[in-house]
Parts: sequence; structure tokens; C-alpha cells
Amino acid sequence: MRELPRTITETAQRLRSRELSAVELADAFLDAASADPFNAWLHLAPGHARAQAALADAALRDGDAPVLTGVPWACKDIIGTKGIATTAASKILAGYTPAYSATVVTRLDAQGAVMLGKTNLDEFAMGSSNENSAFGPVRNPWDPTRVPGGSSGGSAAAVSAGQAVFGLGTDTGGSIRQPGALSGIVGMKPTYGRVPRYGVIAFASSLDQVGPLTTSVEDAAIVCEAIFGVDPHDATTIDRPIDVRRDLDAGVRGLRLGVPREYFTPKGVEPGVTSAIRAAIAQFEKLGAEIVDVSLPSTDKGLAVYYIVQPSEASANLARYDGVRYGLRVAGRDLVDTYRKTRGAGFGPEVKRRMILGTYALSAGYYDAYYVKAQKVRTIIKREFDAVFETVDALVTPTSPTVAFAIGAKTNDPLQMYLNDVFTLPVNIAGLPGLSMPCGLSEGLPVGLQLIANSYQERTLFRVAAAFERATEHHQLRPMKAAAA
Amino acid sequence: MPAIDRSRVEHVAGLARIALTEEELERFTGQLQVVLEAIEQLKDVDTSAVPPSASVLPLENVMREDEPRPSLPVEVVLAQAPDREGDLFRVQASLEERPDA
Repeated sequence: MRELPRTITETAQRLRSRELSAVELADAFLDAASADPFNAWLHLAPGHARAQAALADAALRDGDAPVLTGVPWACKDIIGTKGIATTAASKILAGYTPAYSATVVTRLDAQGAVMLGKTNLDEFAMGSSNENSAFGPVRNPWDPTRVPGGSSGGSAAAVSAGQAVFGLGTDTGGSIRQPGALSGIVGMKPTYGRVPRYGVIAFASSLDQVGPLTTSVEDAAIVCEAIFGVDPHDATTIDRPIDVRRDLDAGVRGLRLGVPREYFTPKGVEPGVTSAIRAAIAQFEKLGAEIVDVSLPSTDKGLAVYYIVQPSEASANLARYDGVRYGLRVAGRDLVDTYRKTRGAGFGPEVKRRMILGTYALSAGYYDAYYVKAQKVRTIIKREFDAVFETVDALVTPTSPTVAFAIGAKTNDPLQMYLNDVFTLPVNIAGLPGLSMPCGLSEGLPVGLQLIANSYQERTLFRVAAAFERATEHHQLRPMKAAAA
Repeated sequence: MPAIDRSRVEHVAGLARIALTEEELERFTGQLQVVLEAIEQLKDVDTSAVPPSASVLPLENVMREDEPRPSLPVEVVLAQAPDREGDLFRVQASLEERPDA
């Protein structure tokens, strides 16, 4: 086989030309994933993948197979997979094998996609460097001494290194877009309510959303097409059908793109990041978009809102890990002591910190000052986005203030770590769709361009992203290590 | 005065039923003080005329027919249990036996 395919569209074409079979392709990707030097995978599922590939080959022979048929993908290990271990990268879920698959997984199964295995992440998706995994950090294929971003760092590294054609991640405050940015690929978070969360291990339920990590904008739209849509198992899904791929060729001429000034001023934004984003904005202008200076004055309050709402919801969601029904149990002298010891041994430090922070924010005497206050400022942030989208079609910002940083650089300073998500988490607070895509290098490492659209306007988001991708070559840059492997 | 001190962290960890080591208690207290200090800036935002948002969804009261459907297979679910007795999850007693019972 010549080089493995990089995109869904290329894979689909090569499968249909009979140049390779889905089983051959699955084997080749399983080999690449088995030799992974980046700790991107927690467990591979070779038997499952080959069985799916054999079904895909039969479907391809019959004709009329969906575009994802036979396409190998990587599943973040917080997304439940029937009969295949699902750990959320936590010791507390040791030995857990879900009795059912998440809706997103059954939807990809129905398309004939081939799941290779489960990828590493920050424990329960709490982190932006992948260093919070109970199974060791993931390394960045662009520079293995650096983090790939997180929390979907395993899926991002696997796709960036060419070990899977696409990946699924989850994004609560930037966990798809930020690793997408730091790993030099496309990462997309849909509007809250587009994608069913059924079967996905809950972190912060009013913020969590599943989305794709891919090497092209069109691929991200293809995956969205497969996983979008109302689900009777998730009452927070929205019934608003959309043809996500319709405007991929429409270009940006005549669109108004807003540049929120608050995303360029905070200290800590690297000059190399700012200049890459400025160059991207100039590119959009050249393509015929109207660039508009806009203001989102409460942007700097986003972090505080997020670090109340998110740990509060997490502390409620993670209370289910009690050592009774599944996972780890460490027996204590009585039932309450068993809960305490099970969580003490099963949760890592970041999970414990957030459980304590969330429990504190919800506790008697503090609830109004923290939780209710944060929910009110959440309303203000949402209203500011609503007002801006009265005048512009999409927003253009950096995804992350920095490029990939060294493993260990921020592990002892939670607040510094949290600041990685300062440009992505307002999008979750307001429930909007956001996409990160490569827009060049700084210090030899990828910079992510973040595009944000109004709720349910994924078509505009993909339209703007596709126009940029077509006009530039940043998406064709690949990590040296992976290319050499 | 810091927003949170060691005894409050210990109390809250108790509410959350998480056992912490002495070293964790010490370290988390310092780290949570820094995080809470950053969060304190919300106090300066005037929210007197703003309602809270628990969710961004334009939905309320999503209803469905109350129809019986098959549930997950009992054996598959119970196979996950750290301890079981027949078709039950087995845990330590949480109530004491009454001496006269």
C-alpha cells in the first residue's frame, strides 16, 4: 500500500477504486496505532475493527455505501462503547465495560465507519494538556517533549500522526478545539444540543458536546452530518435538521467577520500566535470578507464563570462513582468510608480539586455568591455574543494563547493551566459552535485559528473555514516525527 | 483573608466523600486559594437586573410517552459490580439492626 490516506474523502475514493479493501486499511491503521510512540491510545480493538471492516467491504461491494464506510477512526475513551473497555482515563473506572454504546458510536457504526480503539485523555476530560491521564501523558507528534493539548489529546495526536483518519473528542471548555490547535489539525465543537450526549460519560452537562477532529474542514462537516440530530435518549438535543455541507464552496465574499478585540489584548498571548491570526484575518479580507472590529467586554469574566459552573456540575456528575455498581471499590470500615476511600484512591489530583471546588461553590452559604452569581454572568456573556451576531456572520480569534508547551511546564499551577482555555471556554458558556483550524506555525509549532458562529449556524462556520483552507496551505503541514515514522 | 483555608477544604472534601492525604490537603488548599482569588472578580460585575442561565437551550419540559421498553440485560450490568448477591449489588450495611427485631 502506498502512504495511508489522510482524509475521509481520500479514503472513500481509494476504497471505491478498489485500490485497497477496508480490511487491509484497518490492518494498516492498526499497525500504525500499535507502533504509536505518543501514548495516544489506551486500548486498541483489533477484533472489533476487523469485523467492522469486513462488513464495510461487503457494503462497498453492494454499492451505495455511505461516505464513512470503511473509514478508520479513533474514539476518545470517555465515549461509551458496548463490550469495549471505557475508562475516562481514570483508575476509578478500572475494569468497566459499558453495556451499551453512546449514540454517536451507534451512528458511526450505522455509517459503516471502523472504530480502531479508544484514545487517551485528561481524566474525565479535566485538563488542557493530557497530563491528567491516570495512564500517562500524551506526547505531541510535532515535538514529543511537548503536550498535544487536551483533554482530547489522544484523538488529536492519533489523527495528527496519521494513525486514524478522524477522531471523536468531547469539548466542555475547549477540549476538542485546543488540542486540534496544538496538534495542527481541525477540531470542531457543535452548538450545544446538536449532538446526543447519551452514553458519553458526563463531565459538565450544560457545557459538554461531542465533535470531530480531522485533517480537513470537509471531513469535519462529514462527521457532523453523521452524528448531528435529535435523540430520544437525550432530552437536551435539538430537532433542527441542517445540510452542513451545503455552503462549503460558497466563499466568504460579502460575509462580515468580527474580530473581538478582547481576544488579542490579554497578557500571555504569544506574539507568534497573534501574528499568525492577523495574517489569517488579512487573508479573509483578500478573499472578500468584510472585517469588523467588535467588542465582547465580559470575555475576561469567562474563566471565572467557567471555573464555578463546570466544577459544580462535575461534582454532581462524579458523585455517581461510589464503588457500588461498577469500577473500583476500596472497602472501608463502613459504607461512607468506602465511598471516601474509593474516591481517594480512584480519582487523580485534578479531579479531586474540581470536586472540592464544585462542592464548595454549591455548599450552604456559598451557593448564591458563587453558583448563582456565575449563572448570571453567564447570561451576560451569552447576551454579548447575541448582540455581536446581530452585526457579523462569524468571529475570528486565536484558539489558544500559546503554541504547544513543554510537558510538566504548568502541572503545579492549576490557574496557569486553566488559562489555556481562556479563548475557547466562552463558546461553551454561550453554547455556540466553534472550530479550530491550522493557520501557520510559530516557533515551528502549529497555531490554531478559532472561528465562532451563532447557535445552529454550523453551515456558516464550515463555509468560512473551507474558504480559508482552500486559499492557504497550512493544513498540508505535517509533523516531522509522524512523517518519518 | 484567603477565600478558603485548610479546615474548610477538609470539611468540603468530607461533604464530597473524598479521602485526602495530609499532603493533598496542604497542596490543594494553596492551589484552591489561587483559583478562588481569580474567581472573586465576579463580585465586581453588576448582575442586579440579570436572570441566571442554567442552560443555553431554548427548551423546556421535553415530554415523551411513558411506555415500557426493554432495559439493559441484568446479567451484563451486574457483571460490572465489585460485589453482588444474586441479582443485587452488595454493599455494607448502612443501617444498624434493631436489638429487638
